[in-house]
Amino acid sequence: MCSYIVEKTALIGSAKGRKGWMKIDTANVYFDHPYYSTLDHVLAIDFTNEGEGGRDRVAVELSADSARALVERILAALASGEVAHGGVATPVAVAAE
Amino acid sequence: MSYYQGLQAEVVSFRGHNGDQGEAYYGRPLRAGKFPGIVVIHHIPGWCEWTTEVVRKLAHHGYAAIAPHLYFREGGPNESPDDLGARIRAAGGVADAQVMGDVAGAMAYLRAQPNAAGKIGVIGFCSGGRHTYLAACTLKGIDAAIDCWGGNVIVDNPKDLNDRRPVAPIDLTEKMSCPLLGIFGNDDRNPTADQVNRTEAVLKKFGKNYEFHRYNGAGHAFFDWQRDAYRPEQAMDGWRKVFGFFNRHLATSAASIAAE
Repeated sequence: MCSYIVEKTALIGSAKGRKGWMKIDTANVYFDHPYYSTLDHVLAIDFTNEGEGGRDRVAVELSADSARALVERILAALASGEVAHGGVATPVAVAAE
Repeated sequence: MSYYQGLQAEVVSFRGHNGDQGEAYYGRPLRAGKFPGIVVIHHIPGWCEWTTEVVRKLAHHGYAAIAPHLYFREGGPNESPDDLGARIRAAGGVADAQVMGDVAGAMAYLRAQPNAAGKIGVIGFCSGGRHTYLAACTLKGIDAAIDCWGGNVIVDNPKDLNDRRPVAPIDLTEKMSCPLLGIFGNDDRNPTADQVNRTEAVLKKFGKNYEFHRYNGAGHAFFDWQRDAYRPEQAMDGWRKVFGFFNRHLATSAASIAAE
């Protein structure tokens, strides 16, 4: 059955949704049955701005394997990119809850 | 009269829990007559297109069916149901009491229609299957209930109970007041085959009128043709079980064209 288990994380960033670009402050991450994908289960991420009510979101549904691969590529891009840019001071995200 | 009959399906307004006004998807045969009613309970991701297809399928087979939008309080009528579902999920989900109120409101909507034959069934999928089990144990006036792969009917970890879902449905089994049909895939992980067996044992212990059908080679949501989980052979047999059950417990002789 579907579950309500959600991993929530605060973040700093922006995303492009149906209304164009918006600031985001939260990602809700869960592994469950999808809404759109044909897969039985997906790793879903909803990027929202809870500070502005959280009504709009940018959503993705990924297979488990591709989500794991994406995590690796994100870390690799951060590592190589930060070296290339001589180290970047990262602002600290404020927890959404 | 043609073998196939027309139907009409539309979004209607209904009164749910606490009298709150919300949307529901309602389908009914177009021909004149009285029809049994069926409430369709959607799964956690939301009031999805497949849910509306189930309503139309039931209407095609001679029932007046209604699928209440369980997340209508979260947003406006023009907002995408999947966005509302995402917000509900992030907020911890809907409370069982609220869902039961919405199901009762949908039943009242069906009974108030001039085409109502009188009898009412409930069918739910996934979390809607769990809600169906709860409805069968807590709501009056249900003549037949069908739980399709509802998980968490048995709650093995008490930490999974909370203010919104305070009671494991299995603990209410003694109060079940209508016949129950259960449809499950043996490869499902929620509910597992063991949990289905334990649920059946409790139903048997309390002498309830039930029938369970378990399918090999199928897991969760194997009716859903949009998913890799779809199993056509098992799903077709499952639908025959659904219509056979509703026909026996709800239908008048003219209600259904479904073959058993």
